[in-house]
Amino acid sequence: MSLDYTNDTAAAEALIKEVLDQYPEKTAKKRARHLGVAKPAEEEGATSCGVKSNIKSIPGVMTIRGCAYAGSKGVVWGPVKDMVHISHGPVGCGQYSWSQRRNYFNGTVGIDSFVTMQVTSDFQERDIVFGGDKNLDAMVDELDVMFPLNKGITIQSECPIGLIGDDIEAVAKKKTAETGKTIVPVRCEGFRGVSQSLGHHIANDAIRDWVFDKSAPEEFEAGPYDVNLIADYNIGGDAWPSRKLLEEMGLRVIGMWSGDATLAEMARAPKAKLNLIHCYRSMNYICRHMEEKYGIKWVEYNFFGPTQIAASLRKIAAQFDETIQANAEAVIAKYQGLVDAVVVRYKPRLDGKTVMLYVGGLRPRHVTNAYEDLGMKIVGTGYEFGHNDDYQRTGHYVKEGTLIYDDVTGYELEKFIEKIRPDLVGSGIKEKYATQKMGVPFRQMHSWDYSGPYHGYDGFAIFARDMDMAINSPVWSKFKAPWKAA
Amino acid sequence: MPQSAEKTKDHVSLFREPEYTEMFAAKKAQFECRPSDDAVAAQLEYSKGWEYREKNFARTKAVINPAKACQPLGAVFAAAGFEETMPYVHGSQGCVAYFRSHLARHFKEAVPCVSDSMTEDAAVFGGLNNLVEGLQNTYTLYKPKMIAVSTTCMAEVIGDDLSAFIATSKEKESVPADFAVPFAHTPSFVGSHTTGYDNMIKGILSYFWEREKGELKAGATTGKINIIPGFDGYAVANNRELKRYMDLMGVEYTLLSDVSEVYDTPSDGTYRMYDGGTKLDDVRAAIDARATIGLQKYCSDKSLEYIAAKGQDTASFHYPMGVGGTDALLMKLSELSGKPIPDSIEKERGRLVDAIADSQAYLHGKKVAVFGDPDFVYGMAAYLLEMGCEPTHCLSTNGGKDWEAGMKALFASSPFGAACTAYPGKDLWHLRSLLFTEPTDLLIGSSYGKYLEKDTGIPLIRLTFPIFDRHHHHRFPTLGYQGALRVLVEILDRVFEMTDAASDISYDLTR
Repeated sequence: MSLDYTNDTAAAEALIKEVLDQYPEKTAKKRARHLGVAKPAEEEGATSCGVKSNIKSIPGVMTIRGCAYAGSKGVVWGPVKDMVHISHGPVGCGQYSWSQRRNYFNGTVGIDSFVTMQVTSDFQERDIVFGGDKNLDAMVDELDVMFPLNKGITIQSECPIGLIGDDIEAVAKKKTAETGKTIVPVRCEGFRGVSQSLGHHIANDAIRDWVFDKSAPEEFEAGPYDVNLIADYNIGGDAWPSRKLLEEMGLRVIGMWSGDATLAEMARAPKAKLNLIHCYRSMNYICRHMEEKYGIKWVEYNFFGPTQIAASLRKIAAQFDETIQANAEAVIAKYQGLVDAVVVRYKPRLDGKTVMLYVGGLRPRHVTNAYEDLGMKIVGTGYEFGHNDDYQRTGHYVKEGTLIYDDVTGYELEKFIEKIRPDLVGSGIKEKYATQKMGVPFRQMHSWDYSGPYHGYDGFAIFARDMDMAINSPVWSKFKAPWKAA
Repeated sequence: MPQSAEKTKDHVSLFREPEYTEMFAAKKAQFECRPSDDAVAAQLEYSKGWEYREKNFARTKAVINPAKACQPLGAVFAAAGFEETMPYVHGSQGCVAYFRSHLARHFKEAVPCVSDSMTEDAAVFGGLNNLVEGLQNTYTLYKPKMIAVSTTCMAEVIGDDLSAFIATSKEKESVPADFAVPFAHTPSFVGSHTTGYDNMIKGILSYFWEREKGELKAGATTGKINIIPGFDGYAVANNRELKRYMDLMGVEYTLLSDVSEVYDTPSDGTYRMYDGGTKLDDVRAAIDARATIGLQKYCSDKSLEYIAAKGQDTASFHYPMGVGGTDALLMKLSELSGKPIPDSIEKERGRLVDAIADSQAYLHGKKVAVFGDPDFVYGMAAYLLEMGCEPTHCLSTNGGKDWEAGMKALFASSPFGAACTAYPGKDLWHLRSLLFTEPTDLLIGSSYGKYLEKDTGIPLIRLTFPIFDRHHHHRFPTLGYQGALRVLVEILDRVFEMTDAASDISYDLTR
């Protein structure tokens, strides 16, 4: 169902120039490297998005990025449900990130699950002066009294920890020995790296160093179809329709990372036959490690929209035998009726509508075909914290002439939206209201705007409904008072 | 297949379908290694008891579900309330992403604010270069009239000196020498967002009154009254209500930080990065005001001390809610300005008293738990006492010993306060134990209280920041007689809903 179209390269280039002209000269030079237009590539069917990425944000320009703590606590570790995650440092980081990622889970909060809690060492001045290790030690004991059914504790470092010379690794080792539980120190101080991205990497390394091969091996009978579902954070329940599809095609999901995950699912992962990774950016590191150390292959997949879901199911099935391959075809056939009904219902309402995206992780490319399945066109996209390999992959998704913006600034995004006036913008809470004030429909594409799931066939129906709601809401016609000349 | 194009089920209903519930059960049984259901049930029951409460209150290190944020959030909020001002946070960039998100989720508005994105090299060498470059970029790109600088804990730990750094930035022509760049050091390991609010107000005043053109001496009084509203999630509506009263009284005033336009811009096709806010000229002239009033003591202590040293009268309140709170505020305004309280306001007061009298039977003796910032909890508790309710558990994570003393005095002022207790420095996990062991009829606080409501079944009334999960409450006031009326109605609605739900027999048509 892939749409064939190109966007206006000359217009996009003119727009970039117009925006850069507003910066001080030195800043304009720096920003120019992050803005580009997708060009035809040598590889057939792909474009080249040649922008620089994963570079420090420029001071004072209103970057939309977050920090390493957000990447570790907020993304990778926070969803692991039966561990208590300590936001170690002052109160704010944990407060602002409390329950904001919508990592759904099944469990009893405060008893056997702790995802929607904010646990912090609430640093005071004396902790900065004298260090926080002693209090951290005592805090772990207190948490064990409060939450005896916890399976472990992670220590998510906030900025001061790395600056005052605390040794949280020593505390973790000592407490692991004392409690027999898994205590994981994570050096995800917010000043490390240039964005959330380093936090993902550090969090991955912490799984490698403090979870794998640490606890006594459980009794586990491995099967031929064992897979891990990696880097799906179950936002609005995303991982569940994904899991359902994998199970329907006969695979056995022995670990979900890290949406709705338990520590056991994390620790067991090296026993799988194959790792299936959705958000490449945030968990490719641990997949590479498992490949090197345990010989587990990994496959990237995309469960947004029927075109990509079908392609991914076939790609995954190709890693297994004919039974699984036949099952995959049966699954695709099973849901074809739903797909057709969704497209029949929504495509006439969305056909030809233009979309600009600015998100993180995998979404700036992964959702592209889902929009196209509904007849919509992507005219601009960019990553908050992508790397070069993300932009390479993006070339397989976006059309020639698509505006590409890396680590976009508030100013740039506002101008791009104002000039392009797409029919829909998909970005985050910080961008939502400025966009809507301009009269441009918007959906939050981090939190699914409190909707979801969007993954899998079940999710596609919701995705289509939500985009239609946003674009075809009657409110957009009310912006101008009738007594004002048109 | 549970899903369809016609009746699309999203997360609210999809996951109750058997295809999913069976999948959840299988996942749990085969892969999760969970504690047994019996162990979970036993621990849940145990966590509701007195023994657990004692252990809970014995905690000294672990903070669990606190109801407070950190200093720079308050500084950003305070700075946003000035004319065409860009809040600027010196330090790590992730903090600013959090502040913007946090405020946007509450106000449903864009929250402009910049960071100077300090990373490892700045941690080693200091953040001077970041500030020099950042100020220039912000000034050039966003064309503000003022850039108000606060700090993250990273910049504080490494000891960056904003005063010197800003001076150097001006020497390097990042911004013109006469461009307003007030600042406040706002370490997040000291105090809370209320402290940061206070620090930023003081920082802005001291810039205009001391550093812009040397130290100003207060001249002949303009007769105006300055008001520092404090960190208030309802500021959009409350500031307007306050201004309406002062207009009715003929009091001339300056709000020192007024976000009522900034965080409530219209949808008409134009995005306004800046709108409204206190005029910078009014801030300059505010030194000559007759007096300054802080509506929230713990958001304005240092600022008021600074202002008092300039020779002004000062006064502060604890988020003056209800009949008595509004009375006291209006009388203070009248006393300081010499303007009488007009009959029209007195009539509004009478209507509020009339409403409370009409409904008193449904309020009398109702036990209520209240949590939030220290001033809010005080103001709310005071109003509850007026209504004949008992503010049984009053908890403020960022309240201290002096707040506790003030609360005790408040409780002692009313027979309805006899069985009430203030809990300074405690968190919402403490409150959970309080609510299980000594249940109340109602809970008043922020959206964070919804987990307590879920656990204990005690209905939550959202009346303070942050409110993320209900829309537009902040667009209607909670202060003044009109605000008090609205608060009264919200409480009554919950009381009546509870009664309706409690018994088929008592399902009365008229009450």
